Amino acid sequence: MIVAEQKPLSEIKEIIAPYKKILILGCGTCMKTCFAGGEDEVAVLASALRLACKKDGKEIEIEEFTIERQCEDEFIQESAPAVSRNEGVLSLACGAGVQALARGFARTPVMPGVNTTFIGVLEKQGIFTEECSGCGDCRLDIFGGICPVTRCAKKLLNGPCGGSQNGKCEINPETDCAWQLIIDRLKALGQMHSLRRYIPPKNWRTSLSGGPRKLVREDHMI
Amino acid sequence: MNMNAQSRLQEILSKGDFAVTAECGPPRGANPEVVRKKGELLKGYVDAVNVTDNQTAIVRMSSIAACSHLLQMGLEPVMQMVTRDRNRIALQSDIMGAYSLGIKNILCLSGDHQSFGSQPDALNVFDIDSMNLIRTVQTMREQGKDMSGFELNGPPRMFIGAAANPFADPFEYRVIRLAKKIDAGADFIQTQCIYNMDRFKEWMKMARDEGLSEKVHILGGVTPMKSAGMARFMNNKVAGMDVPEPLIKRMAGVPKEKAIEEGLKICLETIAELREIEGVHGVHIMAIEWEEIVGQIVEASGLTPRP
Repeated sequence: MIVAEQKPLSEIKEIIAPYKKILILGCGTCMKTCFAGGEDEVAVLASALRLACKKDGKEIEIEEFTIERQCEDEFIQESAPAVSRNEGVLSLACGAGVQALARGFARTPVMPGVNTTFIGVLEKQGIFTEECSGCGDCRLDIFGGICPVTRCAKKLLNGPCGGSQNGKCEINPETDCAWQLIIDRLKALGQMHSLRRYIPPKNWRTSLSGGPRKLVREDHMI
Repeated sequence: MNMNAQSRLQEILSKGDFAVTAECGPPRGANPEVVRKKGELLKGYVDAVNVTDNQTAIVRMSSIAACSHLLQMGLEPVMQMVTRDRNRIALQSDIMGAYSLGIKNILCLSGDHQSFGSQPDALNVFDIDSMNLIRTVQTMREQGKDMSGFELNGPPRMFIGAAANPFADPFEYRVIRLAKKIDAGADFIQTQCIYNMDRFKEWMKMARDEGLSEKVHILGGVTPMKSAGMARFMNNKVAGMDVPEPLIKRMAGVPKEKAIEEGLKICLETIAELREIEGVHGVHIMAIEWEEIVGQIVEASGLTPRP
């Protein structure tokens, strides 16, 4: 899923400062799952903002609404009546949702209420970790299902750097060394021979480095 | 300049002489005098001077420029190059440029992560890794081609170095990594500072058992300690460093004013031991911002005069 975290209240206050009537629009898929912008977070943020604005002596009307996904037009249309009643929209979707919304409503300013951080998994309750950078050329088959492009701080493809100690990454003792994980896993799978293999330079053309990407599925086009 | 002549370091190592190199960190500024001063201190004591490339991710004068200053003084530089700051286009271009200036040795590294440095907000590159860089330099030299396969007009023929850290984890992988670096094209290896001699010897034995010490020249890294505090700091705070407790205690056991002397003694003992280890072909002295001590270490080790 896409993981994000809500912006600090002070920043959100600044972002919405020019408006007196705003819609806080939640996103009910990824953002709900990572507790950044589902229905519950919309309600909590709306109350906090109302309180904060009242304390500052600022008049504001806040409407709350959540749709299933802000990255799909079909759902975006459901929010059209609410959007039209307000001067601006504070979107609690990921960056893709914010942009899809902006594309859908040409005359209404759409502002981000969360910082989109990564594609990740729920490691355990309350902890999300980044696992994929969407490079467009997945080679998890040779790395034992652990991605060094995303999880090694130096994107090393040919083994751990000299800073791997006790299974941890040199840049943060809380972070696992991806290469230690890869080696442990390949050992368990009996695939240690993979480690001797020279991995040539990565082709980054399929990644964001090659420019904004578009996926065309002609078989699904109408 | 004879473009095809081998580097002095390569000559010494291939003759089977015990090589001596030292490190030189360029200044945080554009003052060439700093490099020249360090060069003067090292002249006559070392076979080559290894010039760091924005080490610890702190912005400094470029390695290429500092190498060029040393060359003008008659010193032979080893240019460090990290993959942190340049993509493959810039790396290849700088390798050609460096060689055109007369730089004949390169040490291929990934580089310290920028989060350790003075500008942690920077974007890193890591387009290729150190292994890929080694292979790239080798392909340029052996096939005369760049990474796209384009035939170069005057290919750089660099003597290729790589780093190895016998003290990092996972230990059993460290020799596999060494083997990969040799396969990729490394001619010589510089190790992380050696304090844990037992572990180093074990690593060397594994390398010998795999026949690796015959395929590559291993230079053992040493750094003289100035105090017990420094020993502790390196052990606890510097990633991939291993200073065993008895050594820290030994440093702490002497009066403060004797600490430098004790550190030097340890360093000399390490060098003496290294010279006895089969497969170790030289020593690399990393006296960080303490270049004036290098001559003393080399002399006291009986490694002068240099060839």
